[in-house]
Amino acid sequence: MTVRVRPAGLRPAWLVAGVVAVLVALIAGLAFGSVSLPLSGVALELLNLIPGVRVHSGLTEREVAILTELRLPRVVLGLLVGAMLALAGAAYQGVFRNPLADPHLLGVAAGAGLGVTAVISLRAGTTGGDATANLPFGVPVAAFAGALLAVALTWLLGAAGGRDRTPSTLILSGVAVSSFLAAGQTYLMQQHVETLREVYSWLLGRLATAGWHDVLVMLPYAVVTGVIVLSQRRELDVLTVGDEEASALGLHPQRSRYLLIVAASLGTAAAVSVSGLIGFVGIIVPHTMRLLAGPSYRSILPLSVLFGGAFLALADLLARTAGGQAEIPIGVVTAFFGAPFFIVVLRTSRQAAAT
Amino acid sequence: MSAIRVEGLRVSLDGTPIVLGVDLDVERGEWVTVIGPNGAGKSTALRAIGGLLPFDGTVELDGSPIDRLHRRERAKTIATVAQSPVVPPGMRVFDYVLLGRTPYVPPLGRESANDLAVVEQVLEELDLTRFAGRRLDTLSGGERQRAFLARALAQGAGILLLDEPTSALDIGHQQEVLELVDRLRAERALTVLATMHDLTTAGEYADRMVLLAGGRVVAAGTARDVLTEENLAKHYRVRVRVIEGEHGPLVVPVRG
Repeated sequence: MTVRVRPAGLRPAWLVAGVVAVLVALIAGLAFGSVSLPLSGVALELLNLIPGVRVHSGLTEREVAILTELRLPRVVLGLLVGAMLALAGAAYQGVFRNPLADPHLLGVAAGAGLGVTAVISLRAGTTGGDATANLPFGVPVAAFAGALLAVALTWLLGAAGGRDRTPSTLILSGVAVSSFLAAGQTYLMQQHVETLREVYSWLLGRLATAGWHDVLVMLPYAVVTGVIVLSQRRELDVLTVGDEEASALGLHPQRSRYLLIVAASLGTAAAVSVSGLIGFVGIIVPHTMRLLAGPSYRSILPLSVLFGGAFLALADLLARTAGGQAEIPIGVVTAFFGAPFFIVVLRTSRQAAAT
Repeated sequence: MSAIRVEGLRVSLDGTPIVLGVDLDVERGEWVTVIGPNGAGKSTALRAIGGLLPFDGTVELDGSPIDRLHRRERAKTIATVAQSPVVPPGMRVFDYVLLGRTPYVPPLGRESANDLAVVEQVLEELDLTRFAGRRLDTLSGGERQRAFLARALAQGAGILLLDEPTSALDIGHQQEVLELVDRLRAERALTVLATMHDLTTAGEYADRMVLLAGGRVVAAGTARDVLTEENLAKHYRVRVRVIEGEHGPLVVPVRG
């Protein structure tokens, strides 16, 4: 008797778990906050958002307004940003064959941050008021330019010491590029002190001021990134055997790599534009998925989208409820969980490299 | 028609010329083994013939110049087992062998039922079925080498390039793997071009041998033609005794 082995891929049970995680994060994110709303009412009110459906949720008009106008865009934006950061992290880990690759460690987020800071600073003179209030749709473009510049610099610098980019040289060069771009950003902020407060609050993560406008700014980029990266999930599995063997198998490794880097940087840039610098999502989520659902990118990528979104929406819930009156910046919450996690990843990847 | 025809092959790595003009013909169904001291250019020549390095000269596979073959077509024609293939962490044997079907999977597509059937058959043929669900990185050296071969066979290519297929194995497993390759060659009418270090074993399995030194072919022919005390003394700088054995010359190094 032979036991048939199914090829690696997304198991339905994991897909269901991911969807449940998103729904839990969505409902929890909508129900809890300075004013708590009944869970059943929130769930029913969500049904009302489906065109043609009309049910009585039992919420007051004011509660419905809190839910749809304040909390819903914020939770949806959290889901989108978390999905993008986790997906981008997984893609970078695949193309660089490096378990430590992440939008922040590669300097991509810093590059995008420089792009956004430049736009906010230079725009301040023309609007007079709060420069971050309504980000123009072009902001992700500036962030994207900065992100691509950063990843190119990191890649080139990572090879400066020789032909081989080991995980550590790539990350070291990412750190150097991050610092360099952050210095550029600081310089810009110094030159435009009138926007200092806005830039600073944006830097720490600004899901707090999220509105439907931010969701609309981000959505097209998120869709493009999602479609491109997910379409390359089989290629990422082939790339795990290295460029030369992948090429012998008929793949064009460089073409796939560039496509994925551009797409992941676009997603990172869009996320950074609307939410500021939120670290560690791109490393925590894909690694947890790899650990739980196996090493195939056919499951890591879609699960990173779902669980990445849920993770950030829940982190945001913690950010706005745990600190009492004052919100904790969400970047602080993710770093609080991410930094210890990073050490775990470092240890396990060292052990894997040693065997 | 030759399965592999190489003419005036020159390859440089990082600007350093490694292969300096190699001619080689391998008939369909033939097993040719390239030998030579370290740094002779064996692996480099093999990688170029597999289309994995840029080169000057001509490399034709089944009559078509390799540089005119589309990557996917090339992967269906020639399969390479690298000297030390990458073992992706955590990947299962089944999924690893399934990577061999990459040239048959359309862009944005997924493996067909036929691809899965091919993999199951190859696993069966190489006695790997019971390892299908195991992680590749938990297999022993001999089992791993069979998995590497299985992935190459799954490509369904008629030409197999083996870069030192036995260097990581003990003599028992060396023989097992080479017997396996020989059996597959007969069953599937494969053409085999290999590089090897163990001269006696190389001579026992190859139809013809090519001795490479300093990037050039310095001897070619049957094992008896190539494995002579003079050839080996000159190019390996070693004193050897060559004794006539049951399946070809036995090469015994002698302390100088």
